[in-house]
Amino acid sequence: MWTYWLNPENPGAGFWIADTLSAILAFMIVLLLSLAFLLLMDRKVWAAVQMRKGPNVVGAFGLLQSFADFLKFVFKEIIVPAGADRVLFLLAPLITFILAFIGWAVVPVAPGWVIADLNVGILYLLAISSLGVYGIIIGGWASNSKYPFMGSLRSAAQMVSYEVSIGFVIVTVLLFAGSMNLSDIVSMQAGGFWNWNLLAAHTLPWPMFLVMIPMTGVFFISALAETNRPPFDLPEAESELVAGYQVEYSSTPYLLFMIGEYLNIVLMCAMTTILFFGGWLPPIEIAPFTWIPPVFWFAIKVVFFFFMFAMVKALVPRYRYDQLMRLGWKIFLPTSLGAVVLVGAYIAYGAN
Amino acid sequence: MLQVIAFYALATVAVLSAFLVVAARNPVHSVMWLITAFFSSAGLFVLLGAEFLAMLLVVVYVGAVAVLFLFVVMMLDVDFASLKQGFLSYLPLGGLVALILAGEAIMVGTFWAETHTPAASDVTAMPANMNNVQALGHLLYDEYVYFFQAAGMVLLVAMIGAIVLTLRHRPHVKRQQAHIQVGRDRKTAVELQDIKPGEGIG
Repeated sequence: MWTYWLNPENPGAGFWIADTLSAILAFMIVLLLSLAFLLLMDRKVWAAVQMRKGPNVVGAFGLLQSFADFLKFVFKEIIVPAGADRVLFLLAPLITFILAFIGWAVVPVAPGWVIADLNVGILYLLAISSLGVYGIIIGGWASNSKYPFMGSLRSAAQMVSYEVSIGFVIVTVLLFAGSMNLSDIVSMQAGGFWNWNLLAAHTLPWPMFLVMIPMTGVFFISALAETNRPPFDLPEAESELVAGYQVEYSSTPYLLFMIGEYLNIVLMCAMTTILFFGGWLPPIEIAPFTWIPPVFWFAIKVVFFFFMFAMVKALVPRYRYDQLMRLGWKIFLPTSLGAVVLVGAYIAYGAN
Repeated sequence: MLQVIAFYALATVAVLSAFLVVAARNPVHSVMWLITAFFSSAGLFVLLGAEFLAMLLVVVYVGAVAVLFLFVVMMLDVDFASLKQGFLSYLPLGGLVALILAGEAIMVGTFWAETHTPAASDVTAMPANMNNVQALGHLLYDEYVYFFQAAGMVLLVAMIGAIVLTLRHRPHVKRQQAHIQVGRDRKTAVELQDIKPGEGIG
């Protein structure tokens, strides 16, 4: 088999493997490094809202705090509770961690900068994000403890509920783009910030922005619920469930859960950026804006949405569980379904 | 070459995990193997060029159906010893059903293999100048739209039926009604009483 891949008469195959592997490696390194500083930013934003200083001891301005935390987690002892299902207990954080990474395989960060330019990229992302529930649900069950179990049940119900509205919101964007390829969805929004799916000025005189601006809000809030972020962090609500599904986790498995969770948040920010805010495109395509490389525009938008996630965490009190379910099923689901109908009507009768 | 390797790997995993769904002692492990089987079948779909179906399989079956299975199975308090006792008594009946199913599958397979000459159009899921998302949409929404709608209606009826069967209105339970709470304003919520000194209210 290796002779086939490394055969010089097959330059395509060997080159493809080397190319893909190096792309994956680059994505992983950049993601993990930026995650370290995004975590710090999360804590700093939260601290600033509460008029604290936040982590400021390790390194200048606490810049190395995440690395210190990393080392602390890695050097602790892994404790598997008695009566726990050992294999599944250790598999669960791995599932969360791996799923958080493989979602990035289809995310285009700049024109052509994508590991796999799938034709069904958006569906792939939806599939991966719907799989994220398994790490939590398995971890909660395998811990053989009441609080984690409650947390995992909550998480399962919550993530399945909000996936539905996320799916419908994605359909509205798909109808505009006419493609499930993420690169196509981004390049369709070129021309200026008014062409982004948020405002959808290309549909004028049909005022599709009246549909898309609320849908952006629905997507953002559903993303909060899908990633178990406050105000929807009921699976780990500390006042009710101690720490929910991760009560029994310590050391590296806990670290994997943590990285996976934050990486999912960044992935959701990236999805918001791609679907509604023009991905790597600059807001106005004239000189000073076009000098900045596309990947930086992408990063700036993602960091902005991460900042929004952090602000929501700092400002909004936690929902009650029945309120969460009511919001998902009785408000977001009908609204997003109605939006699909409206956008469909525009595509059928308004678009030429 | 790579396709053949991938096919055999995925097919082996699918069959093995399907066997382990039945053989696993713990029902939660059974569901995990079921998920593995779904995944391998999704991989087989990708090999056939039907990546849309593969993604749907993952989104619907792995992402929703199996989560609900897991949800239910996790909460079962199963006595594994008593569960295993009935295994041998059900074996003849189960074996018979399995034999019939396998026989039918083999019959259909041999019939198909004898009447169809393997052509390129048989193995690809994609008609010419159409990707398979478009092809599927064309079939579902243009050619068979009435059947598709009828199937949707059947599902809707089933869903409403399940809700009607399980819905219980308990009379003395106070429920939150958000629209009433949000709709309260100063006029309905606040009343100003002119109280004379030394008398109190009412």
